[in-house]
Amino acid sequence: MKRLPLVAHTRPEQIEQIVAWYQGEAISLSRFLSDVHHLASRFPPRQHLLNMCTDRYRFSVGLAAAIVSQKISLLPSTHTPEMVRQVQVFAPDVFCLHDTPNCSIALPQLAYPVSPDTPQVDVAIPLIDSAQLIAIVFTSGSTGTPLPHQKHWGTLVQSVQAEVERLGLTAHAAPHSVVGTVPPQHMYGLESTVLLALQGGQTLCGAQPFYPADIVAALEAVPAPRVLVSTPVHLRLLLDAELALPEVALILSATAPLSPKLAQAIEARFNAPLLEIYGSTETGMIATRRSTHTQTWHLFSQIKLTQQDDHVTAWGGHVSTPIVLNDVIEFTEPDHFLLHGRSADLINIAGKRSSLANLNHQLNAIAGVLDGAFYMPDDAAHDHIMRLAACVVAPTLTAQTLMRALRERIDPVFLPRPLLFVDALPRNGTGKLPRAALKNLIHEQLGSESV
Amino acid sequence: MTEHTTPTSGNDAALQLEVAALMVEALNLDVAASDIAPDAPLYGEGLGLDSIDVLEIALVVSKRYGLQLRADSQDNHSIFNSLRNLTDYIAAQRTR
Repeated sequence: MKRLPLVAHTRPEQIEQIVAWYQGEAISLSRFLSDVHHLASRFPPRQHLLNMCTDRYRFSVGLAAAIVSQKISLLPSTHTPEMVRQVQVFAPDVFCLHDTPNCSIALPQLAYPVSPDTPQVDVAIPLIDSAQLIAIVFTSGSTGTPLPHQKHWGTLVQSVQAEVERLGLTAHAAPHSVVGTVPPQHMYGLESTVLLALQGGQTLCGAQPFYPADIVAALEAVPAPRVLVSTPVHLRLLLDAELALPEVALILSATAPLSPKLAQAIEARFNAPLLEIYGSTETGMIATRRSTHTQTWHLFSQIKLTQQDDHVTAWGGHVSTPIVLNDVIEFTEPDHFLLHGRSADLINIAGKRSSLANLNHQLNAIAGVLDGAFYMPDDAAHDHIMRLAACVVAPTLTAQTLMRALRERIDPVFLPRPLLFVDALPRNGTGKLPRAALKNLIHEQLGSESV
Repeated sequence: MTEHTTPTSGNDAALQLEVAALMVEALNLDVAASDIAPDAPLYGEGLGLDSIDVLEIALVVSKRYGLQLRADSQDNHSIFNSLRNLTDYIAAQRTR
């Protein structure tokens, strides 16, 4: 079996190379390996963990400690109480690794150890079996049960190597400091911040900046060259804040397409190239585009797309089993394509993905809801956050009760705004709810307001 | 909904209403500014805002009052606990 090192910094002289910045401190590879060793020794004898660490360095130590102790990191799409219950049904022995004082996750907990006095121990770079199951990421599915997708070590490493090649961040160049505004708990953040640093030979930044001023401070706190890994929403707000921006060598954006206008504004303000990444939870990243130059996506070299009937399948390279894509794709050349939106049922808000089927399932599972349906507005404005509407027949429930029940089940970004109480939904003779009829109902309810 | 739990001075009340109006406009909320209870939580229960909303509000607040919100600054987590906390923070930190 092929074994691949835990980190890409494998030359002997790299053992003291800085691999991360953690709360202002430079972390050498030897210190990282020691931290991983210490954390792994504290893990309970359980096979699955939910890594909730908000600091990216601590998350990475947690991920690596899980890898070296052959535990599986579970990465659900959201952390609502209902999702945590589902994760526990999937893996009854799951425990939660966290780094917040009042972690509310209803699982056995392990707090990330705060022990700066722990003596550093010498640890060789662990070699990991490429077939080892590292993580299971979940998509929302359509029946209320999250769908698991397995991520093995070999394919994760391969995908990051493809990314490094595409981004031009080869081992010969100086390591870039990777600053992310996206959480490491989702595929994009996992691949393009944590693994890009550890497996791409770059330097990880522990900070998880939130406000624009935080992003600027996080960039300033680490040496150039820097990579900013972000989303259309964060980038738009960062530009709008009109702060002085530190030097950045490269900007990555994913989760939703950027408008050409915003892409140009970003490149102009940063004076640096912007690459958009296309991928999915199931496939990981598979294509990029330089958005100021083209709308066409360029596939990673080993990935193939195949049209079958009315859907497109991705396979090859790190996509070890063929995956049907949920996007409407038009081929322009064998390795280039255009995206024409999502297949109708899929919803992506602020990088969180769900499906109308799943949201409707969750809504109708609430006691007191006789009927209910979510509605996705027609044209989601570029770079702004779209909000869903919902109509519900629930004569015994108040809006507050219903919203509280929904909040238990679905991520806050999908909560309906507005939530409309109606006497009945305009279902047709076969019980189906035509989208146009739902749209009309919502228009009537809201008067002239457009949705 | 408009019941005040503690007396609010005239200036604070005016600023509070102004901030509430900024929020309603920025987020296109389905409530009147005067209906946002000063002490009700803005996150989760209550007004039901999420982290993206908070970023949007932070932007309009920073432009209107000339301040920058920071997640690592003291009391960050309490700023968005309620309209009153947000207003108090703005009153203390505003430069315009």
